[in-house]
Amino acid sequence: MIQVNALNKIYGTLQALSSVDVQIEPGRITAVLGPNGAGKTTLIKSILGLVKPDSGTITVDGIRVNGESRYREMIGYMPQLARYPENLTVMEIVDMIRDIRKSASKHEGRSASTRLETQDSKDLTADQVSDVEKGAGRPGNNGQIVALHQPAQGDAPDLELWDRFGLDSEKDKAFRTLSGGNRQKVSAVLAFLFRPKVLFLDEPTTGLDPVSSSILKDKILAERDRGTTIILTSHIMSEVQELAEQVVYLLEGKVYFERSVSGLLEETEQSTLERAIAVKLGRRSEITAETGEVQ
Amino acid sequence: MILKILKYQLRDVFRSRWIIAYILFFLVLTDILFRFGGDGLRVATSMMNIVLIVIPLASIILGAFYLYNAREYIELLLCHPVKRHQLFWGMFLGLALPLVAAFSGGVLLPYLYNAAGAEAWRSALMLVFTGSMLTVIFVALAYYLALRFDDRIKGLGLALVICLFFTIIYDGIILFVIYMFSSYPLEKPVLVLSLLNPIDLGRILLLLQFDISALMGLTGAVFREFFGTPLGMSVSVASLLVWLAVPITVGFRRFLVKDF
Repeated sequence: MIQVNALNKIYGTLQALSSVDVQIEPGRITAVLGPNGAGKTTLIKSILGLVKPDSGTITVDGIRVNGESRYREMIGYMPQLARYPENLTVMEIVDMIRDIRKSASKHEGRSASTRLETQDSKDLTADQVSDVEKGAGRPGNNGQIVALHQPAQGDAPDLELWDRFGLDSEKDKAFRTLSGGNRQKVSAVLAFLFRPKVLFLDEPTTGLDPVSSSILKDKILAERDRGTTIILTSHIMSEVQELAEQVVYLLEGKVYFERSVSGLLEETEQSTLERAIAVKLGRRSEITAETGEVQ
Repeated sequence: MILKILKYQLRDVFRSRWIIAYILFFLVLTDILFRFGGDGLRVATSMMNIVLIVIPLASIILGAFYLYNAREYIELLLCHPVKRHQLFWGMFLGLALPLVAAFSGGVLLPYLYNAAGAEAWRSALMLVFTGSMLTVIFVALAYYLALRFDDRIKGLGLALVICLFFTIIYDGIILFVIYMFSSYPLEKPVLVLSLLNPIDLGRILLLLQFDISALMGLTGAVFREFFGTPLGMSVSVASLLVWLAVPITVGFRRFLVKDF
């Protein structure tokens, strides 16, 4: 699905990535781990096209990443810290992203809807219907809700998270006034909205309450079962163990190891991933002492 | 696509408090000057000095702040199928247009309800034109700085220094040159020097338009002789356009290759 070959990136004198080779299998959850400054973010940003590597190649689903924007149609990204224009409401932000996607697929001459054949027809719950009716007095809102739930072009967006997080009650609030957790929820909804083939989740559960966090984890696993390739970073090892099948461990800009979670546990004879990684790092060198953030 | 981005940018900017404050600032000031009994022409002359100082400062600081704050947002949008050049123009016009609109609206509204004469309107429009040019130039400079320096303290500091340089220090240097080389014919070098500063260019354009170049003494006479001619006018407008094109181009190129 994603092939990274001999990737190099130098920031000034700092070698952020040195000849990194990673192959990410489709339909699985891969966790990219490593201490701070190991190059996790640089690697992910390179695949997203935000960072331009000095050398090496990246292909996503056969499309080479080199300033081309088309491949991003199949990508969903949930950043560690989401910030949208402060004065837009939640609803407007969702509309904006949909607008941008729509006009992008129009310009590229291929409709996003072709990929989205499997759409579950979503009925408005009684709750939302009453909400629509309430909104009728406020011009603009009514139409937007209906448009969101019953898209005209048939590219049904994935609104499961929106509904389960109960974001309907927040939709008219300006982004500036949202709490950190709610921002994170909006960001999650937007990442899943277009049923991407590849999902990047950067510390997805940070700032979420336990209930929302499990909702999100359920959603992540459901997406995996649907065949979505997911790349995850997290500092919470129990979460990684719960979700991921494969671990790519970066250290000082290099791939230190790349293994399946079960294989790692077997090899180190530990029951938790946290311990397994600590043992694996400790065995090869005494590096754990320096990089305490392995957690 | 640019229009899509622009649409939401404009919505965001026009709802922010500082743009309201920016409109009110020009509106109230122009209105007060009218109330003090000035006719449209005099109001434009008084506004000129304020415009030449406030606009570069406000544009460059707001521009740099804005882009630094939009950093995560830019990253997010770039993960969608948006091309970088589209996003750049969306972000650039999304700030420059509201600033120009706010300034123009604030200044021109009092002219409207005070029913200023044709002559006054001409000077007001000239003021708005120059102010708009300066707005776009300094927003472009701010964008370049914000893209060049990831450290926002550094970027904002430099923005402030550049702005002070063009508004105050540069004039000091010119005065110093005139003083040091007072026994040489300096008209031409000074003329060239003032082409290198967008704020000076704006001032010259306006002063000549308002026909008060006599206030500038000898240099005023020289300027009048040069900038008063069609050739001089086109040279100064052309220099303003160069000032417009260079920062935008450099910022644009930086945006295309930048690591976010």
